[in-house]
Amino acid sequence: MQDTPADVTAEGVGPTDELRQGLIEAFRAELGDQVVGSHVVPGDSLWVRVSPEAWREAGFIARDKLACGFFDFLSAIDWLPSPFGKSEDAPMGESLEPTGARGEIVTGYAGGESRFQMLARVQSLSRRYGILLKTDLSEDDLIVDSWLPVYAGANWHEREVHEMYGIGFRGHPNLIALYLPTGFEGHPLRKDFPLLARMVKPWPGIVDVEPMPDEADDGGSGESDGESDAASEEGSG
Amino acid sequence: MTAVTERQKLAYVNAQAADGRVNLEFETEEGMTLNMGPQHPATHGTLRIVAKLDGEQVIACEPIMGYMHRGYEKLTEVRTYPQVTTLVNRIDWLGSFANEVPFILAAEKLMGVEAPPRAQWIRTILFEMSRLANITLFLGDMALQLGALTPAFYAFRDREFLLNQIEAATGGRFHPNFDRIGGLKDDLPKGWIADTKVAMERIRSFCDLTDDLVTGNEIFQARTRGVGVIPADVAQSYGLSGANLRGSGVDWDLRRDQPVGLAWDNVAWKVWTHPDGDSFSRFWVRLQEVRESTKIVEQLCDGIPTGSIMAKVPRIIKVPEGEAWVATENPLGEMGYYVVSKGDLGPFRVKIRSASFNNISIVPWVTRGVYVPDVITILASLYFILGDIDR
Repeated sequence: MQDTPADVTAEGVGPTDELRQGLIEAFRAELGDQVVGSHVVPGDSLWVRVSPEAWREAGFIARDKLACGFFDFLSAIDWLPSPFGKSEDAPMGESLEPTGARGEIVTGYAGGESRFQMLARVQSLSRRYGILLKTDLSEDDLIVDSWLPVYAGANWHEREVHEMYGIGFRGHPNLIALYLPTGFEGHPLRKDFPLLARMVKPWPGIVDVEPMPDEADDGGSGESDGESDAASEEGSG
Repeated sequence: MTAVTERQKLAYVNAQAADGRVNLEFETEEGMTLNMGPQHPATHGTLRIVAKLDGEQVIACEPIMGYMHRGYEKLTEVRTYPQVTTLVNRIDWLGSFANEVPFILAAEKLMGVEAPPRAQWIRTILFEMSRLANITLFLGDMALQLGALTPAFYAFRDREFLLNQIEAATGGRFHPNFDRIGGLKDDLPKGWIADTKVAMERIRSFCDLTDDLVTGNEIFQARTRGVGVIPADVAQSYGLSGANLRGSGVDWDLRRDQPVGLAWDNVAWKVWTHPDGDSFSRFWVRLQEVRESTKIVEQLCDGIPTGSIMAKVPRIIKVPEGEAWVATENPLGEMGYYVVSKGDLGPFRVKIRSASFNNISIVPWVTRGVYVPDVITILASLYFILGDIDR
């Protein structure tokens, strides 16, 4: 249970692992030090992080050189720890000013330097692998090259990311709201955007997640750290 | 970030009560603008289509959605892992159980937990039954869109047998919420397998009926053959999946090509493709898919392993830090979840990749130059569920 997923799926090491290392090398051969990070879960997934300048180029390389003709999705991640916790115990009527101190940003696989990160996945149907591409975006200049010339399907995905995160796309001709009504203010999927529905009405589901008093007779092995983690969970909220 | 005042809160509540949405205006210099929806029968849901016409021909066509956007990606961030299945049930509401599976698999992948074989088999059976319940309705609905009423009634009649079986096993007809991290909520009830086999017979006879009534019908062929042709490379660049991709001749099925630990490898079945890429081929591929699916269910029912249906998981589920992507071949196409965990009770970020969103994003491309009635055919044959677009 303490193992990282990479260790759990390690039985797939071998040819598939080499396959994914080879893909990273292919990106490096084309982009040089624009490839700033990578992560491999052997036999399963590959993450490649490129610099924002190389974002579109990385898409072209995946499509043309690595046979990834299938566009899966494009999205973004806001790595800021939520200042509202999980909004479970926010009393009604209290100020919705973010309460928690702005916590440290810890990014995930393949690393990262900034709060916002682009995330896209492309897939090769003939060679049967997928590549997850990431790039960091500076918070002062939230703009990146559009993937429209690479994959036509990126159109709606970029519109969604634009309205949900406020990220701009250079070269996108029609960056209008996809889901949200015109005149909507804010970017809902950012972590500092409060989930108002949870603020005006208390969440009834909270009873389900209260820690059980009799953790000990659960019989589960290796779960003794449950309580201390639960405490830190409360602290972040 | 400024504090939210009482007034803003009130404004939010009011907006919830009566969504005063201002629609986007579609620019017109010349020609006519045809507005379909948001409540048009052909959109089965609240999808709005604005088409700019030159006579009977479509110059540009743009779907406008968001009338049912529920913000599931945001909501998952304030839920615990077991609570998320309730949410994702409502994405593709005709094949609900299939929505739960990839999310649970992603959580299991991060935790390093594997469900016991019996649970995997029953999951696969219910997964395929979701597919049957979903696509059966498509087969009837497609004909309905083109003006034939009867097949829709047959579809609703025979789907009932499937829903009864899903209800008998899970307790829910539409939203089972049955999948758990590490296994399933319950085992199958007594006599369920025999009843399921009867239902499979029933669905197969429905397929034959559809073949007689619809597939060979001259009007149906005239309305669908050569309409809305999508070449394979365009389909891929838009990320089309499921029968829409296979209808364009691409031999790709995640059940076979990207196994995620479910029981499909243990039975014999076939992936059907059609080279034409038109509306007819998409319909035809789905019809064959239903037949294959009934075979899968029958074979799986004969070989369910014995044993536990639940792996050993802690009572309070915490998912270790990490990121995981799991996608499965859902009734509508590829459905995947990108789950980012920070080691908490709930996910940090969930990206929901739903099939219909990508499938419908091709509409502006594929409807350019077609005639107005063909818009209906194309929309019906691409087959979307509103909840799967809007999430």
